Amino acid sequence: MKYMDNIIDIKSKLAAFDAVWSEKGDGRFMIPVSSFRKAAEFLRNEGGFDFLRSLTGMDWGEDGLGCVYHLENTSTGENIVIATADRNRDDANLPSVHDLWKGANLNEREAYDFFGIKFMGHPDMRRLFLRDDWKGHPLRKDYDPSLNPLNMENEVADDDAPSYEMTPDGSYILKRHPLFNEEEYVINIGPQHPATHGVLRFCVSLEGETIKKIDPHCGYIHRGIEKLCEASTYPQTLGFTDRLDYLGAMQNRHALCMCIEKAMGLQVSDRIQYIRTIMDELQRIDSHLLFISCLAQDMGALEVFFLGFRDREKVLEILEQTTGGRLIQTYNTIGGVQADIHPGFVKKVKEFIPYMRSKMNEYHDIFTGNVIARKRLIGTGVLSREDAISFGATGGTGRASGWACDVRKRHPYGVYDRVDFQEIVLHDGDCFSRYMVRVKEIEESLKIMEQLIDNIPEGEYQMKVKPVIKLPEGSWYSAVEGSRGEFGVFIESHGDKFPYRVKFRSTGLPLVSCVDTISRNAKIADLIAIGGTLDYVIPDIDR
Amino acid sequence: MFDFGIITNWIHTQLTSLMPEALAIFIECVIIGICLLLLYVIIAIIMIYMERKVCAAFQCRLGPNRVGPWGSIQVICDVFKMLTKEIITIRHSDKMLYNLAPYLVIIASVTAFACIPISRGLEILDFNVGVLFFMAASSIGIIGILLAGWSSNSKFSLIGAMRSGAQMISYELSVGLSILTIVVLTDTMQFSEIVMRQADGWFIFKGHIPAVIAFIIYLIAGNAEVNRGPFDLPEAESELTAGYHTEYSGMHFGLFYVAEFVNLFVISSIAATIFLGGWMPLHIPGLDGFNAVMDAIPGFIWFFAKAFFIVWLLMWIKWTFPRLRIDQILTLEWKYLVPIGLLNLLLMVVVVVFKLHF
Amino acid sequence: MKRKVNIKSMKYEDFNDNEYIEEMLKELRENGTNVIVGCLDDVIEWGRSNSLWPLTFATSCCGIEFMAIGAARYDFARFGFEVARSSPRQADFIMVAGTITHKMAPVLKRLYDQMADPKYVVATGGCAISGGPFKKSYHVVDGVDKIIPVDVYIPGCPPRPEAMLYGLMQLQRKVKAEKFLGGLNKGISEKEYERKMREDTNTKEDIKEYDESGLA
Repeated sequence: MKYMDNIIDIKSKLAAFDAVWSEKGDGRFMIPVSSFRKAAEFLRNEGGFDFLRSLTGMDWGEDGLGCVYHLENTSTGENIVIATADRNRDDANLPSVHDLWKGANLNEREAYDFFGIKFMGHPDMRRLFLRDDWKGHPLRKDYDPSLNPLNMENEVADDDAPSYEMTPDGSYILKRHPLFNEEEYVINIGPQHPATHGVLRFCVSLEGETIKKIDPHCGYIHRGIEKLCEASTYPQTLGFTDRLDYLGAMQNRHALCMCIEKAMGLQVSDRIQYIRTIMDELQRIDSHLLFISCLAQDMGALEVFFLGFRDREKVLEILEQTTGGRLIQTYNTIGGVQADIHPGFVKKVKEFIPYMRSKMNEYHDIFTGNVIARKRLIGTGVLSREDAISFGATGGTGRASGWACDVRKRHPYGVYDRVDFQEIVLHDGDCFSRYMVRVKEIEESLKIMEQLIDNIPEGEYQMKVKPVIKLPEGSWYSAVEGSRGEFGVFIESHGDKFPYRVKFRSTGLPLVSCVDTISRNAKIADLIAIGGTLDYVIPDIDR
Repeated sequence: MFDFGIITNWIHTQLTSLMPEALAIFIECVIIGICLLLLYVIIAIIMIYMERKVCAAFQCRLGPNRVGPWGSIQVICDVFKMLTKEIITIRHSDKMLYNLAPYLVIIASVTAFACIPISRGLEILDFNVGVLFFMAASSIGIIGILLAGWSSNSKFSLIGAMRSGAQMISYELSVGLSILTIVVLTDTMQFSEIVMRQADGWFIFKGHIPAVIAFIIYLIAGNAEVNRGPFDLPEAESELTAGYHTEYSGMHFGLFYVAEFVNLFVISSIAATIFLGGWMPLHIPGLDGFNAVMDAIPGFIWFFAKAFFIVWLLMWIKWTFPRLRIDQILTLEWKYLVPIGLLNLLLMVVVVVFKLHF
Repeated sequence: MKRKVNIKSMKYEDFNDNEYIEEMLKELRENGTNVIVGCLDDVIEWGRSNSLWPLTFATSCCGIEFMAIGAARYDFARFGFEVARSSPRQADFIMVAGTITHKMAPVLKRLYDQMADPKYVVATGGCAISGGPFKKSYHVVDGVDKIIPVDVYIPGCPPRPEAMLYGLMQLQRKVKAEKFLGGLNKGISEKEYERKMREDTNTKEDIKEYDESGLA
C-alpha cells in the first residue's frame, strides 16, 4: 500500500509543529490545536497539499473532540493524514481551514453539527444537516436521543449566520452576518422541486432571472447512517452503503469492503476482484445513463429521458440476474461477493456491449448535437481547475475542469491497473464538458468490461472469513471511483466488533458546495442545467 | 366543393319564415354558440388524447390503453376527475383576479377558435378584418396568464407570469409579421377570402421563397405564442414547478390545461389556413383527373388533416427539443426572427409588385 | 347498487387483500343511496380512479423506481397515472417514495396540506412504512402514517416497479369503492374554511401581523 510513502520526509518537517506520528492503521500525525493552523498552512502552501480528500469530525471521549484531515498533493500524488483534538469537550474549538481548502467550508459545518466543534474564523457556523433548533450534537458518544422527539412545527430558519472569532486572551466573540438583505428577492428551490434530484433546498437570491447568491440547505434526507454504523457489527454496516448513493450501490459497498479487508489484512482472490470491477463498471453505466436522462428531463427534452431509461433497464436486467436487486444490490461482502455470477452473465454482458455502443449514437443525434442543448450547456457554469481541486469536486465534474482525479488511476484498486482505459479529461469546466465526460466514460466502461469479461479467472467467490469480525486498533481510509466522484470510507476501530467511527466521504457534498460559486450571475434555467450536470445524489450528501 | 352555406341559409330561411328575424338571429346565435363550445370541447379532448399517444410513441411507451379501446376515453376520466377536484382558495391572493384569470384565458382561446374557417360556409366569425380580429382576440390570453401569476401570491407563479409576458408579447410580433406577408400576397384580411384565393394553388407554393420563410417563422413564433416546448418557459416544470398556474387546482387548472391544447390547435389551423390552403383540396394544374379525385374529399377533412399534421409537427418538436433559456428566447425573437420577418415582408412586397409569384 | 371494483386486465381473485375492499363495499351498500345519485357516483368514481395523477415527490432510492414506472418499460401512463404534476395543487396522490426524516416531516405535512381534495397517500418502501433499515436512527420518522393518513402501503426496499403498479391498482380499487357525493365532498363554506386554515397554519398572534392588503 503506497498510502503515505513520503512520510519520512514530511515527518521531519512536521516535527516543528509538535506533530506526533502514530503507526496504527494507515498512520497519522497528531498535531496539537495551538500549532495546527500553522501546520495546515505549511502543508497547503509549501507541501503542496491542495486537495482535502476528507474531513472527519471525531469524538475521542477522554481525549476530546477533534478532526481528521486526509490531504493529497494533486501534482505528486502524495498523501498525508493529520489530526487534531481539543480536550475541552463542552466548548471545543478548532481553527478553521476553510480559506485553505474551500471544500472545508461545508465539512466544518458538518463537524459542528455532529459534534459541536466550533471552528474559529469560519464565516458561517450554522448547522448543516439538522434543524436549527435541534438540541445537542448527535454523533457525540454522550448524545441523548430523547432530547429531540419528532417536531412537526415548521422549521424557522435563521436569517443570519453566526461566526466565531478568537480574541488574544483565549475567549471568543460571536458575530452574526445576515444571509440575505431585506430587499433581495429570495426564492426557495426545493426541498420539493422536480429539478433538485431529491430533497435539496437552495435559497436563491434573484435579480430578475439572474442569480445573485445561493445558500444550499442540506439534511432533508439525513438518516444518521454514520451513527447507525457505530452500533452495527461490520457485516451489518454494509447494508447502509447501498442506500447512500443508490446509483452507485456496487461501488459504495466495494469501498467499505475494501476498507475492512485492508484493516483485516485480507487479500481477496482474483475472481472476486474481476467480478467487483465488472460490477462497478456496469453500475457506472447505469448511473451515467440516468445522468443523461435526468439532465435531458431537467432541460425539457423528455424524449432522451425515456431513451436513457430504456437502456438502463438492460443494465439492470444483467445486474438483477446475478444479484437479485435492481437498485439495492447487496452484492459485495467482506472478503468476497454474495453469490457467484449467474451462468448467463458473461453472455449477457457480451451482448450488451455492442448494443450500448450502437445506442450511444442515438443520444448524440438527439441531444449532444442539438443546437439548443449546446447553446444552453456550452459556457455555462464554469468551474475552474483550481476551484475544483480546492472544493474537492471529484469525478466527472473535476475531470471536466481539467483535473485528472480518477481514483482508478490515482490509487488503483480492483483490477484497474491491469486494464487499458483512458481517463477522460476535458478542460473547459462548463456544463457541456461535464456532460461529455460522462458520455465518453460510458464508452470507456464498455472498453474495460470488454477486456475483463472473457478473462474472469477461476477461483472462489467468497474468501474464508471468521463469523465475528474484529478489526485491530487503528484507522483506515479507502476510496473508490464512484459514479460521481471519489467515494471514500474512513473507519476508526478500537479493537471491537463494532466500528468506533465510520465516515463516508460523500461524493456530492463538494459538488453542492461549489454550486454557489459557479452559478452566480447565471439564470435560473442555468442553475437547473448546472445542478443536472454536477450530478449529485442527495441521500449521498446527507447520509 | 360542397358549400355549407346552403344548409345554413336554408335554416335561416326556415326560421325567418316561422318567426321575426331578430328572434331567428338570436336563436341562431345560441345554436352556433352551443355548437362552437361543443366543437371546442371535442377538439380539446382529441388534442389531449393525441398528445398522450404521440408522446408515448416518441418515448417508446404505449400511452393510455386501459380505459376504452386504445385508451380512447381516458380524457373523459380526466374531465370527471378535474370537475370533482377541490378548488383551493389561496390566502392573500387577489381573489377577484385569481378567479378571473382562467376564464380570460379560455375566452381568448374560444374567440380565436371561432375565427377558423373549417369548411366552405362553415365560418363562425368571418369579416373583412378577420386577421386583425384573430390577432387581437388571441392576445387577450396573455392578460389572463399575467393575472394568474400576479394574483396567486407565489414567487414561482410571478416569475412564470413575467416570463410569459416577455415571451408572448415578443412573439406576437413575428406571428403578425408572417401573417402580414400573406396578407400582402392576397390583399385581403378575411380568412374565407384567403382560403378562396388558394383554389389554384396553396400559398406556400404560390408565394414560394417568402411564403416558405414566413411559414417557418410562423411555426416557431406560433409555438412560442402558445407556450409549448421548447418555448414552455412560463410553465417550465423543472424550473418553476408549474409556472404561472402553480397555485391553481381543480377545474381552474383544467381550464388552463385545455386552453393550452386548443391554442395549439388554433395556431396550427391558422397555419393550415393561410399557408396550406385551409379546406382547399390539393390541386395540381393540368391534372384534371387527379383534381377531381381530390375535390371528392370533403373540405373539413382536408382542413382537419392539415391542421393535425401541423399539430403533430409541433408535438414532435416539443418532445425532442430541450427548453430554451429566457435570454436566448428573446435573442432569437428580437435579433433573428423580427429582422428576418421584416426583410421577408419586403421581399414579398417586391414579389407581389413585380408579379414574381405564381 | 352494486359497485364494481374490477380493474381491467387483472382479475378480482388475483388481488390479495380483497377483504378490505369487501368491507368498504359492504359499508357503502349499508349506507345506501338512491339510484340516480348512485349512478352518478359510479361514473365519477370510474373517472377518478382512472385518472390519478401523482405528485413528483421522491426523497431517495424509491424515487428512482418511481421514475422507472413512469419510463419506457413499465409505463404507468397505461393505467391513467399519466401526468406527474410538480405542483401539489394539481396532484391527486402523493407517493411517499423514500425515507422521511425529522427535518423533512413538516415539509411533507405541508405538501400534503397543499394538495387539493380528494387526495391519497401511498407509502412506498420500507422507510416510508416503518423507517426501514433506519428505524433506530435519531433523525428518521418511523412510518409516514404517524404524520399523514396512508391509503396504500407498498413494501419493498425499494419495491419492484411491478409491486408499485400493483399497489397503485389497489389504490384505484379503493377509489372505486368510495362514495363521492355526500361522502368525500363534504362542502364547507368559505368562512369556515378560512377559519380552519387559520387554526391550522397560524397561531393567534400571527394573524394580527398579516397585512390584509394581500401583499404579505
